Amino acid sequence: MMSTGSSSKRQKQRKVLLMGKSGAGKSSMRSIVFSNYVAKDVRRLGATIDVEHSNIRFMGNLMLNLWDCGGQDGFTESYLTHQRSHVFASVAVLIFVFDVESREFNADLINYASIIRALYEHSPGAKIFVLIHKMDLIASQHRTSMFNERSEHIRQVSHDEGFGGKGEGRGKEVEFWGTSIWDQSLYKAWTRVIYFLVPNAGVIEGLLRQLADVVEAHELILYERTTCLMVTHISRPYETEGNKHPDRFEKLSAILKAHKQSVAKHTGMPAGSANFAELQIKTGEFMFLITRLTENTNLAVVLPSGEARYNAARINIALAREQFGELDIPTGKSVQRDRA
Amino acid sequence: TGRVPNGRQSGNKPRLMLMGQRRSGKSSISGVVFHKLPPSETLYLETTTQISQSSMHSFMDFQIAELPGHIDFFSPDFDQADIFGNIGAVIWIIDAQDQYLDALTQLLNTITYLAQEWPNINVEVFVHKVDGLSEDFKNDTFRDIRQRIQDELSDLGYDNAPVSFHQTSIYDHSIFEAISKVIQKLLPQLPTLESLLNSLCSSCRIQKAYLFDILSKIYIASDTSPQDTTSYEVCSDLIDVVVDVGEIYGWARPPVDGKTGDQRTEFNNHACESMVTMEKKGHKYLYLREMNSYLALVCIMSDDNPMERKVLIDYNVGVFQEALSKVFQWK
Ligand SMILES: Nc1nc2c(ncn2[C@@H]2O[C@H](COP(=O)(O)OP(=O)(O)OP(=O)(O)O)[C@@H](O)[C@H]2O)c(=O)[nH]1
Ligand SMILES: Nc1nc2c(ncn2[C@@H]2O[C@H](COP(=O)(O)OP(=O)(O)O)[C@@H](O)[C@H]2O)c(=O)[nH]1
Ligand SMILES: [Mg+2]
Repeated sequence: MMSTGSSSKRQKQRKVLLMGKSGAGKSSMRSIVFSNYVAKDVRRLGATIDVEHSNIRFMGNLMLNLWDCGGQDGFTESYLTHQRSHVFASVAVLIFVFDVESREFNADLINYASIIRALYEHSPGAKIFVLIHKMDLIASQHRTSMFNERSEHIRQVSHDEGFGGKGEGRGKEVEFWGTSIWDQSLYKAWTRVIYFLVPNAGVIEGLLRQLADVVEAHELILYERTTCLMVTHISRPYETEGNKHPDRFEKLSAILKAHKQSVAKHTGMPAGSANFAELQIKTGEFMFLITRLTENTNLAVVLPSGEARYNAARINIALAREQFGELDIPTGKSVQRDRA
Repeated sequence: TGRVPNGRQSGNKPRLMLMGQRRSGKSSISGVVFHKLPPSETLYLETTTQISQSSMHSFMDFQIAELPGHIDFFSPDFDQADIFGNIGAVIWIIDAQDQYLDALTQLLNTITYLAQEWPNINVEVFVHKVDGLSEDFKNDTFRDIRQRIQDELSDLGYDNAPVSFHQTSIYDHSIFEAISKVIQKLLPQLPTLESLLNSLCSSCRIQKAYLFDILSKIYIASDTSPQDTTSYEVCSDLIDVVVDVGEIYGWARPPVDGKTGDQRTEFNNHACESMVTMEKKGHKYLYLREMNSYLALVCIMSDDNPMERKVLIDYNVGVFQEALSKVFQWK
């Protein structure tokens, strides 16, 4: 077994700030994505006092260091003053949450401006994701226009503060996502954040592409086991072009997360450990297999139907595990892993 | 009255009537159960003002009608035979988060009316919206409502009126489970199905088996071993997984290099099958198999390793499917 000391050398700690007004929904989304809450459980959450930290490992060498920053005025005040450098130094990503129902959008904008000003001072290279949250509260026919209108204002403020636009912020465009804890939009936004942070996405994709060829898969999806967030996917051109569900990756996250929860409830296990060893679906049109790939990730494989091909794919994935295991804890070739 | 007796005769067409006061949740229930409306979207439903009918074409053609709370069906403007003539069950919705005394009076009137005029109609009382309530309050409310109705009925001499009580919410599985039970009572084949499922369970070491209508996620029968709600939930959720994944990936791909496409050689497994094995040893696994395009068998197995006994399971499930097709006269 590896000692943690040697693996942490190349482990990438990435600091992610989660900010926004109190009640915007930050802790709610964090609990759903990272702590296996279901949407209706979040009513139990109290306001966050100061900062709550959580660490989440993705693919071994990516360690997400999430700072859920309580948004009550007093706390925000202190982030901006005496905690300023502590909070805003070496930030990789800022996720800023706007409550779409807020009645004080202008005040929210001012708050946002002062936060990203501090971010610019201490971590000018940080990436900003803005989530316009609680979209479920807007009737569906108004969602798009509401989203566009809010994003436009926020984008303008971001440009003024040096994030995006034609001036000094060039190339640091802020990304906008409309989200709700009640549907898969939450996973879509967070998947984007993860992909942005995964350091060796290229290498992983290279290996997955080889595997996809060997097993003749329509599509491979690699996702993190606890959160069910996708790390990356490999798709044949015909799947990319022909599949009618461009949002299938976040849908799958939501589906798998729900499944995990119902199994946990049934067995009485904590949701975090309610992991299946394998899930298979066989139909006349396609076959679908999910199995563990590395310590923190599962692989979903979509195959043409056929029992022989299916069995071959299972074996090839088992063989590929070792390769991916080295990616997981990267210390060169001689890694001994005692997985049973 | 000389009319053809109603209800249970209508074979595979269970007809349900939703009743209850305004805002009690009738439209929400029919939306969520029969039209796959996400529960959070029910906030935007408009008040129903007319008797509205909808049906769902599935294994059974469910017919569900909604009688708005303010309509006084005793009045001569209404043709009661038209309303109740074909109904198998009346589902009466009571909002448990609201004052319910008025609703109880109305409910009681309905029960006594039905008991006299349409004695074959089951009355199913849904104590609804229990999601917002604490466990204690929920149980007290439920008990209180049931007690009051039963007391009144026995005072009036209707001890044997066919009335049952359920706790429901559209935010969890309880509404599907309650509707399932309502529908099962209307199915003449139920006893046969139950004994078929019982024997399947004992021959394959299945802990719990459900026969689901895939589209509605109503289960039309299960084996008769005791059950808890989470068994239904975990099985019904597996259907979601399979249906959702099927929706995403079940499309006709073009042939690539003459390879994929229709080269479904060997074992052409057209009936969908799904299996979930758990990571921890000693934890059960789930098994799903499509019976026809409407029905699926979903089981909680009590073994560690499905693969060893797969042949036996396949065989017995085949036998079960065969029997099923006889019961319902398929093909
Ligand atoms: N309708 C709706 N409500 C939401 C959504 N997300 C969160 N909420 C609700 O918003 C309220 C506040 O959520 P929190 O997550 O505690 O807010 P927070 O941003 O962490 O607040 P502080 O910790 O004080 O900064 C809770 O009552 C949630 O139920 C959403 O997507 N839709
Ligand atoms: N909390 C909760 N609210 C519900 C439930 N079912 C329905 N509602 C809400 O009750 C309100 C009235 O529902 P509606 O279906 O229009 O009632 P109807 O007038 O009887 O058709 C809506 O705002 C629904 O969202 C439930 O199970 N729990
Ligand atoms: Mg919080």
